[in-house]
Amino acid sequence: MSGVLVVIEQRAGKISRISWEALSAAQRLGAADSVTAAVLGAQTEAAAAEIAAKAPGKVIRVEHPLLAQYTADGFVLALQQLIQKESPAYVVLPHTYQVRDYAPALATRFGQVLIGDVTGIAEGPVFTRQIMQGRLNGNYRPTGEGPCFVSVQAGAFPADSSASSAATIATFTPTIDASQIRTKPSEPFRAGAQAVDLSSAPMIVAVGRGIKDQGNIPLVEALATALGAELGASRPICDNGWLPMERQIGSSGQTVAPKLYIAAGISGAIQHLVGMKASQCIVAINRDRAAPIFEVADYGIVGDLMEVVPALTEAVKAARQ
Amino acid sequence: MKIIVAIKQVPDRDAPVRIDTAGTWIDESDLQYALNEPDAYALEEALQLKEKHGGEVIALCAGPESVGTTIREALAKGADRAIHIACDDLGARDALGVARLLAAAAKQESPDLILTGLQSEDLGQGQTGVIVAELLGLPHATLILHIEKTDAGIEVKRELEEGWFQNIQLPTPAVLTIQSGGNKLRYATLMGIKRARMKEVKQLTAAELGADGNPVVVLEEIVLPTKKKSTQMLTGTPKEVAAALVEKLRFEVRVL
Repeated sequence: MSGVLVVIEQRAGKISRISWEALSAAQRLGAADSVTAAVLGAQTEAAAAEIAAKAPGKVIRVEHPLLAQYTADGFVLALQQLIQKESPAYVVLPHTYQVRDYAPALATRFGQVLIGDVTGIAEGPVFTRQIMQGRLNGNYRPTGEGPCFVSVQAGAFPADSSASSAATIATFTPTIDASQIRTKPSEPFRAGAQAVDLSSAPMIVAVGRGIKDQGNIPLVEALATALGAELGASRPICDNGWLPMERQIGSSGQTVAPKLYIAAGISGAIQHLVGMKASQCIVAINRDRAAPIFEVADYGIVGDLMEVVPALTEAVKAARQ
Repeated sequence: MKIIVAIKQVPDRDAPVRIDTAGTWIDESDLQYALNEPDAYALEEALQLKEKHGGEVIALCAGPESVGTTIREALAKGADRAIHIACDDLGARDALGVARLLAAAAKQESPDLILTGLQSEDLGQGQTGVIVAELLGLPHATLILHIEKTDAGIEVKRELEEGWFQNIQLPTPAVLTIQSGGNKLRYATLMGIKRARMKEVKQLTAAELGADGNPVVVLEEIVLPTKKKSTQMLTGTPKEVAAALVEKLRFEVRVL
């Protein structure tokens, strides 16, 4: 058991940024030339060439007609066979919805446990991941004897890998029978045309759980109006139906990077942060000083949004006169 | 349909969490607990399926005696009965160790569906459902918003990233992890709370289930996150902080 296997995610031949970040994390666990990158699909030639230009070690095209569309069964079977053949000490994956769907089952086949959503790697190695809704960090040490499975959080590692010499490319054909794929996925679809495009808004006022009641939403709406900002929300607000889904910001909603982002009553779970942390100026208003939203805020106000937001609306109106 | 819903008791999301003196877990004294919210959505989905198609909903929960309050909550909301796996070392088990307990208990019931939340609000590993499926040799799907019964099994709506969705057909029995927001959570009624006291809670132990095993991943230490960004905290009365922030927005951020 040696070396690092990194699984690169591609969709319609396009490699996501988080996959390059996973490659960079993989290079912290082993010498650059000990890193093998695997890409799965029915046709992987173009993706493999793109990876080979950035990865110093080896690229493996894991190709099979039954991998054309993602299924957990297909991916687990293919990667199980590849890992048995390559016998890596570490398997590094990007922490995407797809990886969350199959990697825990894959690790279980080897009697291992995925260390998921990792934000840091220290000597040991010890892997850091967030716990308690991002309020605390947990440091995890693998103690098993099989390969160590790790998935990395989006944005946690720089996507900066480069290679002086191109990697070698090999093809691996897993044995998969159609009867082993138990689920039948449809083509992905969108719920409908998105009426609100928050990604181009220069200012956003976003509201979270701290608003407590649907009846209080107008307080935040008034601030957005005074600023000339768009109204956004964290997931629980849209789950409750207090604001439409199209105003949801985060991993399952829109990704935004406005000049000003005011987060009112949003604690800052990672699923929300990934959708807004690139904003130029972040203002956090929250009752809980330990809320992770303050980690990314430029200006922080610890207080009750029911009092702070109306005061802010008045102050903005006065400044605008 | 016979549906098992695996639920977890977690620290209340508004409760302040502190690191314990050993630095390996959180200080549990005076901590308020609640039903893990994604599991509440899983329970709601199960109850709605039962209302539509008949059958039985069984709440399954592992943990110390104190998880009894969370089990009662599930029963009060409408679960027909519950299984409590008595286990004081939940925190010392890794995701596989916890899933082994749940899978062994679920197996005894031969359910048509096993539902659970997509992740817990404390450790947030988001793996339990998938590992349970793997241990039981069942198909699974994750991040599910809606379940429809079909002639051959079920069709589910799965959430993908950035506002995309996908329908997936699965045979039953199957394991699904439920995303929040797919349904509207119900409250327990007074009648429900009264009835819950009469409902069966079967007690099992980890030893009985034969689901022990050494962890392969250990949570060695818990620390406070290190700050990467310098945050200017504005203090004072609401009026004062509002005025201070408007100054910053005008002259430093220049958006006003």
